Amino acid sequence: MHIMEGFLPVAHAASWGAVSTLCVGFGLRSISRAVKDKPELKMLLGVSTAFTFILSALKLPSVTGSCSHPTGTGLGAILFGPLAMAPISAIVLLFQALLLAHGGITTLGANVFSMGVVGPIVGYGIYRLGRAVALPTGLTIFLAAALADLATYITTACQLAMAFPDPTGGFSASLVKFLGVFAITQIPLAISEGLLTVLIYSFIQKHSGQELTSLGFNLSGGEERI
Amino acid sequence: MTGRFKNGILIAAVLALAIIPLIMAGQPSVGPDGIKTELFKGSDDQASATIQTLAPNYKPWFTSLYTPPSTEIESLLFALQAAIGAGFIGYYIGYARGRAKRQIPQMLASHDSPEIRTSGCLFSDKNAERTI
Repeated sequence: MHIMEGFLPVAHAASWGAVSTLCVGFGLRSISRAVKDKPELKMLLGVSTAFTFILSALKLPSVTGSCSHPTGTGLGAILFGPLAMAPISAIVLLFQALLLAHGGITTLGANVFSMGVVGPIVGYGIYRLGRAVALPTGLTIFLAAALADLATYITTACQLAMAFPDPTGGFSASLVKFLGVFAITQIPLAISEGLLTVLIYSFIQKHSGQELTSLGFNLSGGEERI
Repeated sequence: MTGRFKNGILIAAVLALAIIPLIMAGQPSVGPDGIKTELFKGSDDQASATIQTLAPNYKPWFTSLYTPPSTEIESLLFALQAAIGAGFIGYYIGYARGRAKRQIPQMLASHDSPEIRTSGCLFSDKNAERTI
């Protein structure tokens, strides 16, 4: 999902930068509010950040014969809501842009938008939906994390198709090409991310029940337990 | 199904998803120049290649401020990134389990609080022993 340095036209790079700056601002406000009221949540915020650090460093082979990596943003979105992951993703992407030549400063806005904004919003939305229709918690967490991962890569494909429409087929033909690169490769990785998120969530639930309760999770009724 | 068993299945499935593609891929085909084509390229690089076919005249207008001098250094920095994350998760797991161990005897000693029965974070410590 990393759009390489310099690979977005200036106008696109600037627009995504502006949108993402706004989202990171809202995210910082939502994090500082949550932590100010309940300082004990800092640990779980750290866990969400650490989970994103690990997963976005794991370049895994996929059935298509190419490699890609998960994003790890679903967990934080489920725990802290969709806004909180924008600044966290920005930190990870900045690390990779500056030290690894992965992604870039000029494409940071677009990359934060796909990984830190769209992915978490989709993940959080799926999580709420799963709860609303009373899906088992494990399945809900799995779907939320896996689809957040997939949504991030679909967003990257859309961003690239908007910037580089096919000379004959336009946006849609270009989108098909970029989805061919990203989407199918990502499916098994999204499944892996979903499974790993269920694993860490079940540990958090077991050992940080009080923090989850203060985040609004209703554990006593048993329906949010895995 | 115990927590340990469930976690084992989850980890096994993740490993299988990573290993199966490696087995399925077989041998890389040999290109016209006699050099074997590279398998498991990064999808980010493939996207850059797709951009070059869609817009052959497009020139990236900015280059990375710092590029790792070799793939070895790059993998060093990727490992560092994962290590930072794994280090913190390890710290959290130790902290959470230690806290749970301290709390149970205290709670039991003070009084038979109903909280002990309902709050799973305390009572499931026995499972934690097996799951991690």
